Amino acid sequence: MAFQILLNVVLAFLWMFIKVAFDPISFIKGYLFGLLVMFLLRRFFRSRFYLYRVWAFIRLTFIFLRELVLSNIAIVKIVLKPKLDMRPGIFALETDLTKDWQITLLSSLITLTPGTLVIDVSEDNRTLFVHAMDIGEVEDEISSIKQTFEKAILEVSR
Amino acid sequence: MNVTTIVNFIIGFLILAGALLFLIATFGVIRLPDVYTRNHAASKAATLGVMFVLLGTFLYFYSVEGHFNSRLILGIVFLFLTSPISGHLINRAAYNSGVKLWDQSVRDDLKEYHKKMQDDSSAD
Repeated sequence: MAFQILLNVVLAFLWMFIKVAFDPISFIKGYLFGLLVMFLLRRFFRSRFYLYRVWAFIRLTFIFLRELVLSNIAIVKIVLKPKLDMRPGIFALETDLTKDWQITLLSSLITLTPGTLVIDVSEDNRTLFVHAMDIGEVEDEISSIKQTFEKAILEVSR
Repeated sequence: MNVTTIVNFIIGFLILAGALLFLIATFGVIRLPDVYTRNHAASKAATLGVMFVLLGTFLYFYSVEGHFNSRLILGIVFLFLTSPISGHLINRAAYNSGVKLWDQSVRDDLKEYHKKMQDDSSAD
């Protein structure tokens, strides 16, 4: 990925030198044209074309924003209910992620969406202990986290 | 109804929604039963609230004064970086120093895990 970005910057400078224009606009133009060329030649790279990863990251951001708004509405409902009848609890979440930064990102995202909060990570980094404001069905809860965040993080790091 | 009016409505909506979220977070801190659930309300409804207020401020300066204030965006980014960590640390410290869960909590997997770890270490 680093190599592809470097190549892209070199292509941008190539464009600037050909056009004899050294302002930021022509750098951006050159970067975009270089991106196009690299996209057309993407099957000759040994690693995955890096724009896919950028795209996956943007998707992750939007998934996160959606979850943030939805679960905030859920929290507001719980807080404003006249009777406190939620059922909080701590459940264990087995994760497939292995690298440290992936687990950090996953637990930050879980903590940022209201209603769930990571309390602890097990010694072997395999299990996250999540405190949930209102545990419905634990299986549903786990599978929704796995389907949204974990899948998106795996997509970014693939 | 021109574009400025619509943008003004959006700005007003964002800032009001942010303030409302603060209010609800405060209700949550007062009403909820134990430190863990209170932390939910305090650390996160407030996060979205701050995001809304900052976004509204950003839009206001951009549309009314024509001034692109990138520091407001930076504020949102750093808030999102730091607020989950503080929330996590408060809860973790509370759990490890033995603060009880609310008596109507339904499940505690972490207790079993700690018990298992202790049994393992005493068996060695």
